[in-house]
Amino acid sequence: MTKSHIELTINGKKVEALVEPRTLLIHFLREQQNLTGAHIGCDTGHCGACTVDMDDMSVKSCMTFAVQANGTDITTIEGVANADGTLSALQEGFRMMHGLQCGFCTPGMILRAHRLLQENPAPTEDEIRHGISGNLCRCTGYVNIVKSIQYAAAKINGTPFQEAAE
Amino acid sequence: MIPGTFDYHRPATVEDAVALLAKLGEDANILAGGHSLIPLMKTRLASPEHLIDLSGIGNLKGITVNGDEIVIGAMTTQFELITSDELARHIPIIAETSRLIADPQIRYKGTFGGNVANGDPGNDMPALMMCLGATYSISGPNGSRDVAAREFYHGAYYTALEHGDIVTAVRIPIPAAGHGYAYEKLKRKIGDYATAAAAVVITMAGGKCTSASIGLTNVSETPLWASGAAAALVGTSLDKVSVDAAVLAAEAITNPASDMRGPSEYRTKMAGVMVRRALERAQSRAKG
Repeated sequence: MTKSHIELTINGKKVEALVEPRTLLIHFLREQQNLTGAHIGCDTGHCGACTVDMDDMSVKSCMTFAVQANGTDITTIEGVANADGTLSALQEGFRMMHGLQCGFCTPGMILRAHRLLQENPAPTEDEIRHGISGNLCRCTGYVNIVKSIQYAAAKINGTPFQEAAE
Repeated sequence: MIPGTFDYHRPATVEDAVALLAKLGEDANILAGGHSLIPLMKTRLASPEHLIDLSGIGNLKGITVNGDEIVIGAMTTQFELITSDELARHIPIIAETSRLIADPQIRYKGTFGGNVANGDPGNDMPALMMCLGATYSISGPNGSRDVAAREFYHGAYYTALEHGDIVTAVRIPIPAAGHGYAYEKLKRKIGDYATAAAAVVITMAGGKCTSASIGLTNVSETPLWASGAAAALVGTSLDKVSVDAAVLAAEAITNPASDMRGPSEYRTKMAGVMVRRALERAQSRAKG
């Protein structure tokens, strides 16, 4: 089978590679680019641990061939920190609100929340829960994940963050 | 899980895609959003030797108003259906239905054409397209043709498409201004296919129902157009007796499988409940 030549941007860096057409984007990122932040969870498109941002879309990279990413602009968890190396608002939110327990779903959750906040900068709790409905947390720690995203939205918008009552 | 090997093709025009499909024969598959096909390839339930990616064909995308129809390109994504101002204005039930398909990530990639064309009885758009009286534009080795949504579905994964055909666009007549609509879907969790679902579009005038159309999802081998149920409503005030008759008529044409979503009898009853709820909501939205 003929290998395909692809050119794309990953975390702001131009990348060229030869890939087998059957190579999934998640395998390309993890094994050829050594970007192991995006995780392989269920491998069936349900859990969202492999979510990356591709041309302003949240995409499950285990359900996408690397050839389909030719010409696109991809952000992975390795590319979300601020330019000076400090944590982004979402990363800080997950840290401050204990949005990660085992941490396995966190890269996908943060990438999905990143796109959600781009589209809806001040989401309600219900909108957050629907917004992350393609991401599963195996610790079932959704309460703190929702708070983490609310924290990040408040920080980005410059509004006070009021922790919801339990 | 790693799919079998294949050669990848990305034609720039529909004509090139049709020619490639004809040349490569049965070993070639179309790739649209990929979110139905790639899982099958990963489990090796599908092992095409060639994939023909339609994403490079620019004119397969987009939503345009053309007279009294809306034309939606086959590669338009569910996300684009949800965020379309034209659809929100003219046929809002399409966005309402799209929001109930899969999850946000999948809606960015999942295409309208893939949803209507692959013949999975669990897909939500086919029953809605039957309800709305849509027509599918198809390009194939012998040229182009149109097939009505109501004539398209012959069995599970068995449609009017022949090998080598590509659905390129869907044409949908714009329902009357002030129409009432609702898509009601019972599912076990977000991302699931329907246990049962119903699409309802009605028009009302002077408190009477002047037209009605009902589609049912995932309660038979194919999506269903419940014309008898709709006929029981036209001319009535949607009083309880008429709605009960429509619900019974809708239930009567279902033939769901007993599976992990419930026994057949339960799913039939749930189809009736979805029709009833969709009618209530459609009536509350209808003007006239």
